[in-house]
Amino acid sequence: MVNDVGGASRDQQVADPSVGTLLIRPGGVGVIVLAAVGAFLYLGGWFSPHKLTPARFTDAFEQTFGVHSGFRRNHAKGVCLTGFFESNGKGTRLSKAEIFQPGRYPVIGRFSIGGGDPYGADSPDAVRAIGLQFFQPDGEKWRTAMISLPIFPFKDPQGFYDNMVASLPDPNTHKPDPEKMKAFLANHPETIRAFGIIKSHPLPSGFDNSTFYSINAFRFVDGNEASTPVRWTLVPVQPFVAADTAAPPTDRNYLFDGLIASIHQHPLQWRLVLIIGQPGDSTSDPSSPWPDTREQVEAGTLTVDTIESEENSPARDINFDPMVLPSGIAPSDDPFLSARSAVYSQSFTRRAGETKEPSAITPSEVQK
Amino acid sequence: MNSPLSSNPQQFPGSMRFLHWLMAALVLTMLCIGVAMVASLYDYHQLVSIHRPLGILILLLVVIRYINRRLHQLPPFPPDFPSAERFLATASEILLYNLLFLMPLIGWGMLSAARYPIVMFGSFHLFPILPHNVMLYAFLRKTHTILAYVLFFAFAAHFSAVLFHTWVLRDRLFDRMAPWRARVR
Repeated sequence: MVNDVGGASRDQQVADPSVGTLLIRPGGVGVIVLAAVGAFLYLGGWFSPHKLTPARFTDAFEQTFGVHSGFRRNHAKGVCLTGFFESNGKGTRLSKAEIFQPGRYPVIGRFSIGGGDPYGADSPDAVRAIGLQFFQPDGEKWRTAMISLPIFPFKDPQGFYDNMVASLPDPNTHKPDPEKMKAFLANHPETIRAFGIIKSHPLPSGFDNSTFYSINAFRFVDGNEASTPVRWTLVPVQPFVAADTAAPPTDRNYLFDGLIASIHQHPLQWRLVLIIGQPGDSTSDPSSPWPDTREQVEAGTLTVDTIESEENSPARDINFDPMVLPSGIAPSDDPFLSARSAVYSQSFTRRAGETKEPSAITPSEVQK
Repeated sequence: MNSPLSSNPQQFPGSMRFLHWLMAALVLTMLCIGVAMVASLYDYHQLVSIHRPLGILILLLVVIRYINRRLHQLPPFPPDFPSAERFLATASEILLYNLLFLMPLIGWGMLSAARYPIVMFGSFHLFPILPHNVMLYAFLRKTHTILAYVLFFAFAAHFSAVLFHTWVLRDRLFDRMAPWRARVR
């Protein structure tokens, strides 16, 4: 302990080891190394069992729907599509992305319904979804995953998660506990408001006449690096037909079978409509509606001309991560965007390594 | 005053020491970003956006570092260095070099096998180096995590060995790789 200063005394220290050399210094080495290891594990969430991580979010989907080998943990039931996007050039006003230059760009994607059961029955109120990947000639890709709800029922990822947990069946009654849902709704007026908006939109009968919504806001960046908040929708060219909620079809796959039948008759089309946000319109909260009067720019038309079962399409093995964006489309301040990217990635990683079970919508069903 | 060209034969050459400390900082940053991002919902995207180009930078640096190492005469082990310790030091160096090379390559490969765009910055992307195969992705993704922990614990062992030599044995082994020029003993 005495010879701790200056370089000259160090040699003496080696020759004459004191208590400091024998205990304190090795102990110091141990403490420092343990602290470094502890800090690393702490960063990795090892000591935070209640932190909402992508893995725990994905676990909640598995608790709700079970684990179905090889399938997405949400939007598990689906069928794949190919087609093209014809851009009319009007989007270039808002974004420098090549996809908005006039032209025709290939698209691959997937129609699905909400929920993690790949064999669940279709129903009139099933949430319909479309995942798309647009290919730009410059090699950049744009992926989006859109759903048929006109407004998202949750204002943040924690709300989404808490709603899932509140909906889990009680281990004794095997039914969700209505008290838990009541407590959730008492704290989430935005969910009640969103369901009011959703109910005010009549349900479309099928996939082909459903409107799809971007859920989140994004920032469109033009050639001068000026940024505009944008939500987008895919508006069907096919005429609206209201769903028959009184006597819905009993076939388990009727939504998909209807989609397959209509696509065998003629290609299906949707207009891509960009909705321009104004100051005061929330970009961070997907449950906060923008006024209907916001300026809309029709940027082009999506045509879906072929449909394939998941087994026969590379789209099964694509993660429609909404953060795969070309330059010209940037994320907004919505915390859902990073969270969706993280949870989609977790779901993708889990299913990627599993044996792929056959899809409900089989190759022969797609031929019909 | 030493002339700029004179060097301590017991110390690694300046270029090797520079690359060592630069990569030490980058790799530690990378390990921390990696372990934090997979546990993060809200910062995931931001962290992944740093993780990808930083990984490719480390891959470039490890190639440069290996070539540079082959071009230089290395300082000998201290004469009183036991042979078991020489073996451990050499083995851990081989392990670390392999991990530094493999980790970014596996990262690049797994993104390729999943057909994620391999975004560096802006619209600059890297090309895929493996076919679209999600089983391959799943295997590489798991390997990436396991090797990241192996790399971290190899770093921790390296770090504790250097601390032990410096504070307990006080044999000035650290001088060999010190970021400054150590005086000749």
